[in-house]
Amino acid sequence: MAELEKKARQALVPSGWDYAPAPESREIVRIEERYGHFVGGEWLEPKESYTTISPASEEPLAEVGQATPAEVRAAIATAREAFENGWSALPGSERAKYLFRIARILQERSREFAVLESLNGGKPIKESRDVDLPLAAAHFFYYAGWADKLEYAFPNRRPRPVGVAGQIIPWNFPLLMLAWKIAPALAAGNTVVLKPAETTPLTALLFCDVVRQAELPPGVVNIVTGDGRAGAAIVEGDVDKIAFTGSTEVGKAIQRELAGTGKRLTLELGGKAANIVFDDCALDQAIEGIVNGIYFNQGHVCCAGSRLFVQESIHEDVVKKLKRRMQTLRVGDPLDKNTDIGAINSRMQLEKIEELVEAGKEEGAEIYQPPCRLPEKGYWFAPTVFTDVAQSYRIAQEEIFGPVLSVLTFRTPAEAVEKANNTPYGLSAGIWTEKGSRILWMAERMRAGVVWANTFNRFDPASPFGGYKESGFGREGGRHGLEPYLEFD
Amino acid sequence: MAKAPVLARGFELPLEPRLPRIGSIDAVALEARADSLAKRSIKKEAKLFALELAIRMTDLTTLEGADTPGKVQALATKAVKPDPSDPSIPSCAALCVYPNLVPAAVTRLRGTGVKVASVATAFPSGQSPIDVKVRETEEVVAMGADEVDMVIDRGAFLSGRYAKVYDEIVQVKQACGDAHLKVILEVAELGTYDNVRRASLLAMAAGADFVKTSTGKLSGAATLPVTLCMLEAIRDVHEETGRMVGMKPAGGIRQAKQAVQYLVQLYETLGAEWLTPDLYRLGASTLLNDVLMQIRKERTGRYQSPDYFTVD
Repeated sequence: MAELEKKARQALVPSGWDYAPAPESREIVRIEERYGHFVGGEWLEPKESYTTISPASEEPLAEVGQATPAEVRAAIATAREAFENGWSALPGSERAKYLFRIARILQERSREFAVLESLNGGKPIKESRDVDLPLAAAHFFYYAGWADKLEYAFPNRRPRPVGVAGQIIPWNFPLLMLAWKIAPALAAGNTVVLKPAETTPLTALLFCDVVRQAELPPGVVNIVTGDGRAGAAIVEGDVDKIAFTGSTEVGKAIQRELAGTGKRLTLELGGKAANIVFDDCALDQAIEGIVNGIYFNQGHVCCAGSRLFVQESIHEDVVKKLKRRMQTLRVGDPLDKNTDIGAINSRMQLEKIEELVEAGKEEGAEIYQPPCRLPEKGYWFAPTVFTDVAQSYRIAQEEIFGPVLSVLTFRTPAEAVEKANNTPYGLSAGIWTEKGSRILWMAERMRAGVVWANTFNRFDPASPFGGYKESGFGREGGRHGLEPYLEFD
Repeated sequence: MAKAPVLARGFELPLEPRLPRIGSIDAVALEARADSLAKRSIKKEAKLFALELAIRMTDLTTLEGADTPGKVQALATKAVKPDPSDPSIPSCAALCVYPNLVPAAVTRLRGTGVKVASVATAFPSGQSPIDVKVRETEEVVAMGADEVDMVIDRGAFLSGRYAKVYDEIVQVKQACGDAHLKVILEVAELGTYDNVRRASLLAMAAGADFVKTSTGKLSGAATLPVTLCMLEAIRDVHEETGRMVGMKPAGGIRQAKQAVQYLVQLYETLGAEWLTPDLYRLGASTLLNDVLMQIRKERTGRYQSPDYFTVD
């Protein structure tokens, strides 16, 4: 009888529950066939152009300009003119009005931007919808509030705008990084020339429409597109400040180039964050934090928690739970509302991830990837975890910038600090423990710009963000984020 | 119904390796996870699958002082054939009633496959002597209840007398005999997720076949985060002992959409093995009609007036 019941029950158990596709509609966003450079409030016909694609399907989306040095110089000259003829002299409360207007328009058009962000960049729609867009709008709101209070932000220092800011941003959070750069620059009274990443120009180009809709004076925001050559032209151009977010290698080259020029510089570069899990943590929530720390945005996050340090006493449990959780991650169409992990941003990035993962295998680490069907077209990489990783392996040292986690162990808090800080980077760190005093003890000792406790990858415009060591210098966000865009007595 | 192995005194958790980390839940992160699972977009066949399953998992419930045999029999009929106009709609899992109404429910449900569940142990407060609770349990089982929904003594739990809570569950479990035991934690009175986790582990260690959130008598009944907290405790017990314990969120689940969210959470936390009425129940009094309405909408593409569904 019991056997029969057991059989009957097994028959009722489905092998799984296939969620039907739930794609967000593409209809909401109109992509032009060709885009030029946005200079002085007008579209300039580009001399050269290239095709931008969707990394999830390799489908061409639009032709965009590859800015030549002359085009970049023209954009900078336009920004200079706008700075000198009006924008810098505008009262802060007037600048604030424009920023508030941009923030509201971003909120109103957030679905459109979210769809385009996922289409051009490959990130899951749930992230562009719930993270990128709300945060981008929040940054504009936040800095709009500072625009008429700079005197109070820096009392007795007579803050003045710097001039023209050249801003070069990465492909991992295209619109959000644009907001991080443009909002404080404008609030402080500067004008900007911004270059989005080569692979993800479309939301920045759609943002030009928002700039027009907000009736921002022409020339205050200028956007040129193209690869590193266009970026180099900005760095060499007649700008007063460079703000760069991207790879450490390029950051170093920019710093060399700018040495002795008097141009100001802030760099937000790579990272190899330690996510440290103590045995007294809330375990299931820590697992969520680990997953969020490394698989959020396919691991294309400079502050990703890519080195997991687990207290040895719970190592086995953590790895078991983590693997189990990884099996429920849904990899696929970025526009599907149920997708957890989208496409790798470009072929180049995919190759870099593959190379480092191969190195990890060769060096002797044990690899685990949950069974998942990857689409045939486009650039994909399954969520990956390496166990038995030694501190000296490349996968524990180099930034992979993909959905690849390395698990290491420690025995005591002091050892955790020592190992976590033993990296050329220092952007972020995570601490998981239910013990408040240990959080403070650890945070004091971490050489990282951001330390999260019992959470990870959490951002707020009011909180400064930036790195130690090879992760860069300068802070973005918060009152600190205004400083690089201001001169003082 | 398949049953967990009956051990003399429940089963022993291997306490040694667990001891350092029985009791912590990070409330912020737990709620964030529950929230993100609730955002899954379930459509078309996937939604129909969930709605049909929700009916098979429903413990149709009436726990009112005004309950009469007539009312219970009407509900029993509904539980067997939730939608008389559509034979493809399955029966509910059980009908959940007060002890005095067990005979009325049994009369109507015998041979239908729908179980009779009775609350017991001085429901809803649990504040009575243990011998009374045991006696009540024996009575409802003797009257034909297939399942017993007991409440834990929250007064004892909150004053730290865990052993008393444990022993009472063990004794009630013995009194149940072959009947299935669901242990109601009444999470709204436990105050913290840490307590919910502790009480869940305690109940499972004492032999519960199911753990259940609430009596339905308080406003803070089942929520997605508290249910997730209990599912994670169930998962840990399964990982360590192989024993599969069931889960029953109850109270406040009124809409089909909520039911789907609960099932998504179940599926992504415990896996497909738990997608069965043997291991998951939804305690609800008004959910059923909304589910029926949604099923018809999925099939026909149109919503119909509530008047096309019986009010029982």
